Amino acid sequence: MNESGATLVSSRGLRKDYGSGEALVRAVDDVDLDLARGETVAVMGPSGCGKSTLLHLLGGLDRPTAGAVWLSGRRIDQLSERALAHLRRHEVGFVFQAFHLMDELTAQENVELPALLAGRSPQEARRRAGQLLEQVGLGDRAGHLPSMLSGGQRQRVAVARALANEPQIVLADEPTGNLDSTATLEVMRLFEALHASGLTLVIATHDERIAATADRLISMRDGAFIDETRLVGGTQGNLADIAGLGG
Amino acid sequence: MQQEVVLALLAKEPAQGYQLRARLGHALGPLGEGMNDGQIYVTLGRLENAGLITRQGAPRTSDGPDRKVYELTPAGHERVSEWLAEVSWPKPDLAEFHLKLIAAAQAGLADPISIVDLQRRELLRRLRDAERAAMAEPEGSDAGLLLEGIALRLQADLRWLAACERSWIGRRKARR
Repeated sequence: MNESGATLVSSRGLRKDYGSGEALVRAVDDVDLDLARGETVAVMGPSGCGKSTLLHLLGGLDRPTAGAVWLSGRRIDQLSERALAHLRRHEVGFVFQAFHLMDELTAQENVELPALLAGRSPQEARRRAGQLLEQVGLGDRAGHLPSMLSGGQRQRVAVARALANEPQIVLADEPTGNLDSTATLEVMRLFEALHASGLTLVIATHDERIAATADRLISMRDGAFIDETRLVGGTQGNLADIAGLGG
Repeated sequence: MQQEVVLALLAKEPAQGYQLRARLGHALGPLGEGMNDGQIYVTLGRLENAGLITRQGAPRTSDGPDRKVYELTPAGHERVSEWLAEVSWPKPDLAEFHLKLIAAAQAGLADPISIVDLQRRELLRRLRDAERAAMAEPEGSDAGLLLEGIALRLQADLRWLAACERSWIGRRKARR
């Protein structure tokens, strides 16, 4: 188990521009961020605010125009393509809004795939995938194709896949964006369990419900951080009022 | 607690006060914890005076438990049927907050955007409490369904606050 509280991811002066001249768009604008191991952080903002681009920069899917990113103390924004590909496979897990599962593969095979690509033996990949599907509560659905699963179940398979190579951090981009209210709760329960087990998680979302369960909430507008909140306090009494049980 | 709620809980079968309390507790989960038993007995007394329920059994002794069994009268049954057919919905109080922002901006006494910010943090804290409570409920629980309703309502309020924020930021930019 990694020691918690230590910084896992940092960025300084992080910037990403698209286009040039009149058409220049600054998708991420001078972002400084420190993420502790074991922390769950939600980045909130309207679509186009730069939260997806930020996740891509933190996870080595894209390179910044300026600034620096560190993962576990190692600077990653200047790594070679080859080293970046290795980092994405071994140290970072990604979860996407549209699940991005392979439709012709079973849940089990989808979860095995990253381990196989990382050079693990088929037996090892199978064992690990079985464990992960149990962990996300889908042990009995291992042989199902994605089309036979509900939206919430598909996203849980995608989370299991993200964990296949025991990443240091999971980056989730709108993980509940395609889900109804019940399935949203399913995914929130899973993230809560992963959080309890010490996983570091960054969630880019415009869903207030999943954002409210994070340790820290960052609001983003036009590529920049505009507000940061730690949610503490609040009472059951307030909830009873909202339910119409007050007084 | 609305009188009709207690009345409707008796529609299935006659019951003692503690049984009603248990049915409410099951339906409300953690949200029912703040309720006191006295409230139910006060309501039962009012319903009895209104001729909507009757009670049978020995009067409560000073140290013994309450053994009285409450039962709907025909008028009580009729009132429950009416109540089930009524369309009612709690009124959200948005106008007060809306006018607060306008007054603050016009008088220059406070920044409407800071007021929105403060309100958003408070609603997010409540939403977090609601989600935590919902996640702690077993799947398919009655209380979980109520908590989901609270979470969705808070989400709607937070979306309106985001619209307020956008609007007031826009007005500030336009003034410059």
